[in-house]
Amino acid sequence: MTATLVSTTVNGDAVQFACPNDETLLDSLRDRVGLTGVKEGCGTGDCGACSITLDGQLVCSCLVLSAEVSGREITTVEGMVEGGQLHPLQQHFIDGAALQCGICTPGFLVAAKALLDRNPDPSEEQIRYALAGNLCRCTGYDKIVRAVQSAAVEMRK
Amino acid sequence: MRYEAPTTTKQAATLLAQEPGVACILAGGTDLLVKMKMDMIEPDLVVDIKRIPAMQAITASAAGAKIGAAVAGAALGKHKALIKSWPGVVEAANLIGSDQVQGRCTMVGNLCNASPAADSVPAMIAAGAKAIIVGKDKRRTVAVEKIVTGPGQTSLAKGEVIEAITLPKRPPKSGDAYLRFTPRTEMDIAVVSAGVNLTLERGVIKTARVVLGAVAPTAVLVPAAAKAIIGSKLDETALEKLAAACAAACNPIDDKRGTIEYRTKVAGVLAVRTAKIAFQRAGGSL
Repeated sequence: MTATLVSTTVNGDAVQFACPNDETLLDSLRDRVGLTGVKEGCGTGDCGACSITLDGQLVCSCLVLSAEVSGREITTVEGMVEGGQLHPLQQHFIDGAALQCGICTPGFLVAAKALLDRNPDPSEEQIRYALAGNLCRCTGYDKIVRAVQSAAVEMRK
Repeated sequence: MRYEAPTTTKQAATLLAQEPGVACILAGGTDLLVKMKMDMIEPDLVVDIKRIPAMQAITASAAGAKIGAAVAGAALGKHKALIKSWPGVVEAANLIGSDQVQGRCTMVGNLCNASPAADSVPAMIAAGAKAIIVGKDKRRTVAVEKIVTGPGQTSLAKGEVIEAITLPKRPPKSGDAYLRFTPRTEMDIAVVSAGVNLTLERGVIKTARVVLGAVAPTAVLVPAAAKAIIGSKLDETALEKLAAACAAACNPIDDKRGTIEYRTKVAGVLAVRTAKIAFQRAGGSL
């Protein structure tokens, strides 16, 4: 058996696909599920562009085999929009120009949401540590940190 | 490539033993998937151990702790009883990689990847940790310092799998700590690291274990460094002897991240700082 039929939940929807056993979740999400918000930067767990949550835990989807995820719950950046409304983090990234080329942005949004879900009022240092696994070569990070701070303020209201 | 997700350790060991080709264990995958991506390894069989309940369990009490081989760093960092007994072990495991990596990486994976710079390994050895190893036909328990034999090399036989790490009974007035030196604060690999575990009696160090990382082909347990501080309250003389014993135990490489001279010097400095933290955690006053 060199392939697996995977039945899992992605952004609340039941999803089923067949893939080779050595295929990463990153590739399956992009090429089989059609969720291209998940980006490949490095493919080796260094850049965080492929960040998703797996059973609520932030992980790099490039370091997960699709064969592993049967029966699990996956959330991607596409799952952040609720009822057609952008998540406050998404809105503050736009308002604060916290992106330039945009490749790293979905990963930053997913990682920042994971942070704010467990700590609604992080310090700047805590934000920088929590986002250390997400690399951005355009912004210099400052606007990203500010956007997370302003989104956190709005979400605490 | 076959993918198997057994539900018992015995099944995992049998699958690994019976595979004639390249068989790999998948826990967090933070090393295995990188090696596959880089074409450094091409497995014929991957055995995912995350569906084995014993591998996912953490138990911690005064009688000792047991950490399953598939427990991720993030889960260790949330386990209050474990942090209370073994703060040094948990802080070492939590230094590995980013939050994303912490969501997947395991201490046993860190051990079996056998990097000389592995963060959790000096802390585990300092703690006196043991590995429960399951083979197709027998189980054995081995001190963690006996597992890694060289960079990328372990003493595990084909078909053997580590099920869990055990940490010993914690006497009162005990403390452990781990520090590493890296040029950056996050997402970096230790240039030098130190783990110290000690127990006090009437304010004086009664037992100690001092371990250095990234200064030799494997993590090094330094009995002479422990001897330097046993019987002391970490006075200046004891700390100087500790640093000298650590420097003498170093056998590092020379590379772009640190020269031999630099690593040797920093090993002593880090061991002193780590010992002070462990001493204070044990209730000692400096």
